[in-house]
Amino acid sequence: MNARQINWPLWAGVLLTLIAGFSYIAVFVWFPITRDFPWVNLLMFAVAAVFLWLGLRRGFSRDRAHPTRSKIITSLVTTFSVLVIALFLLSYFVFARWLPPSTGAPQVGQKIPEFTLPDSTGRQVSLNELLTAPIDGKAPKGVLLIFYRGYW
Amino acid sequence: MCNSELRGIEKSLASFNQAGIRPVAISVDSPEVSRNLMQQAGYTFPFLSDQKTEVIRRYDLVHAGAGENGADIARPAEFLVDKTGTVRWINLTENYFVRARPEEVLDKANLLE
Repeated sequence: MNARQINWPLWAGVLLTLIAGFSYIAVFVWFPITRDFPWVNLLMFAVAAVFLWLGLRRGFSRDRAHPTRSKIITSLVTTFSVLVIALFLLSYFVFARWLPPSTGAPQVGQKIPEFTLPDSTGRQVSLNELLTAPIDGKAPKGVLLIFYRGYW
Repeated sequence: MCNSELRGIEKSLASFNQAGIRPVAISVDSPEVSRNLMQQAGYTFPFLSDQKTEVIRRYDLVHAGAGENGADIARPAEFLVDKTGTVRWINLTENYFVRARPEEVLDKANLLE
C-alpha cells in the first residue's frame, strides 16, 4: 500500500473525534469558560466531521486498490465516530439536564431551615455556628452552602 | 464537575474570606471520604456529611437513585445565606455541567450586610 492509498482524512477524523470527546472530561471541564458550554469540543467535532466526510468520499471512490475492504473499513470507522459525537451531544444537551426540579427548595427571602451535620473530622457543626464563627477574626456576613453529588 | 466547582471555590477562598462569606460543601459522602477528598485536592473550607440525606431531603435537593448502586444523592445547588439565616441568592442549575462561578457568587456578596 503506498502513501497515496492511505485514507488519511478518515483516520484524522476519528482521531480528532476521540480527542474532542475525551478532552472535555480531562481538560476543559476544569475551566468554567470551556466547562459551562463545551464550545472548544464542539469546534473540534465540527473539524472532525469535515475530515470524516472527506474520508468517506475517499473510501468510497472508485480508484481504491481494494474497493470492498475500503468501503467496509470506511463505514465502520465513520459509524463509530458518529456514535462518539452523538454520545457527547446527548450527554451534554440531554442527560445532563436530567435533574430534579427541586421546587420545594428554600427560596430567596425565606429563612433557611437550621441543620446540624458532622464535618470531615466527625464534629457536629450547626448552621448557626457556621453563620457566627469568626472568619479572620471578624463576624461572617454569610455562608455559601454548596450541595454536590459526592462519590469520587 | 463538582470537583471543578469546588476547586474554583478553593482558589477564590481569600476573596470569600475578605467578603466575609464562608463556603461550606455538603454531600452524602461520609466524613472519611470528605477527609480524603480534602487532603487529596487541598480543600480547606468545611465539608459536611449528610449521609442519610436528611438536610438534602428537607431542602428538596434529592436526586433519587443517581448515586453509586442507585443511592439517593444531592443534586448540584448553591445557597447564599446571610447572617440572619435568610436566603439571599440561589442557584439550581438545569445542566449538570453548568455551575456557579466564584466571581458570580462574590458579586452577590454585596447583597449582604
